[in-house]
Amino acid sequence: MAFDDAYRALTDHDDDARWAYGTGFADPFAGVPTELPAGVDPADLAAYCLMLGDDALIMSHRLQEWVTRAPELEDELALANIALDLLGQARLLLTRAGQAEGSGRDEDTMAFRREAAEFRHVCLAERADADFAHLVARLLVLSTWRLAAFDRLTASRDPMLAAVAAKGIKEITYHRDYAAQWVVRLGDGTELSHARMAAAAEAIAAPAGELFRPHEVEIRLAAAGVAVDPSTLRAEFDAVLGQVLTAATLDPHIFDTEMYAPADCGAAATMPPGPGAPGGRPPSGRDGEHTAALHDILTEMQSLARAVPGGAW
Amino acid sequence: MSGEIRHEWPLFEVFVRAKRGLNHVHVGSLRAADHEMAVHHARDLYTRRNEGVSIWVVRSDHIAASDPGEKAAFFEPSGDKVYRHPTHYTIPDSIPHI
Repeated sequence: MAFDDAYRALTDHDDDARWAYGTGFADPFAGVPTELPAGVDPADLAAYCLMLGDDALIMSHRLQEWVTRAPELEDELALANIALDLLGQARLLLTRAGQAEGSGRDEDTMAFRREAAEFRHVCLAERADADFAHLVARLLVLSTWRLAAFDRLTASRDPMLAAVAAKGIKEITYHRDYAAQWVVRLGDGTELSHARMAAAAEAIAAPAGELFRPHEVEIRLAAAGVAVDPSTLRAEFDAVLGQVLTAATLDPHIFDTEMYAPADCGAAATMPPGPGAPGGRPPSGRDGEHTAALHDILTEMQSLARAVPGGAW
Repeated sequence: MSGEIRHEWPLFEVFVRAKRGLNHVHVGSLRAADHEMAVHHARDLYTRRNEGVSIWVVRSDHIAASDPGEKAAFFEPSGDKVYRHPTHYTIPDSIPHI
């Protein structure tokens, strides 16, 4: 045993984890195979990775917009941390999407060179925040859904997706906790904060329904043991939201609505129509159907990469 | 909730314990509405770079500190008590790292 000798245990300098700052980092993807799972359409896997990756990328951008605008310095840093977590998840998923489609597109090409109609996130991710209550309400909904999805994806037949999910769970657990704390604090706070939290929850209840409407790609991949059918996440989502909203003295059933229309995203649908949805299903963000809010995001997010092609720092 | 609304959050002191074998060390301070929020903020402000495995927070106004004006009476009398230091022992060669 290494530590039978008490003196040696005290002076075990081989283990750099004993140092106070900035050590002990490990690559969570060391040894994860990158081959595509057998019997799966690579185009489906690529589309699915874009769905999860774009949810993270676009929400991360919205969170970053709060930096220098957050109500307190401490919360500004918390939001920046969450944005960075999501950006990290987006990088891995966009990279995986590029591998799956075999196009050689890397994470940067995916993030900075795609047009709006090629993005696959739900509209809730791109929605502009009217105030801090809207932000924490969106974060609560998106992270509750994502945590439930990642929890199941740890058993995915795609080893890379399973590894991304396993790593992401710890991050998203914290995101959900942060958002829930604020929803409760504002909902169960003053008359004014309660009113604004209630208005925010009401405003995003309808667009949240999009998260649970399965896309054909999700259904095919779920049958193949690679993805998760989002309609199966509803029970866990309702249980968590019900608990948080009750503690926040808000209507615990406000997210039970199944209504959804793209216009509910808050911005007028002035974008050119996306590729649309097959089979008469209402088109969604998963099909590339987005609002003008995405145009604003991409204009800012992609401007530098488009102005300086191939630039690196 | 009390009827009074304070417009500035109280100050908390933050103590972080690094990976293992070390005590909680004071790393700084932050503002938060209560202890629960203070622990969350401390996590976000002071453990972003893998610094810690445990966090303590305490309201700054709950800390009793020694009076700088009494420094002479408090600390200087120990300055000449050399016999309080265990420096008069010879250490056997078989005991390293002391």
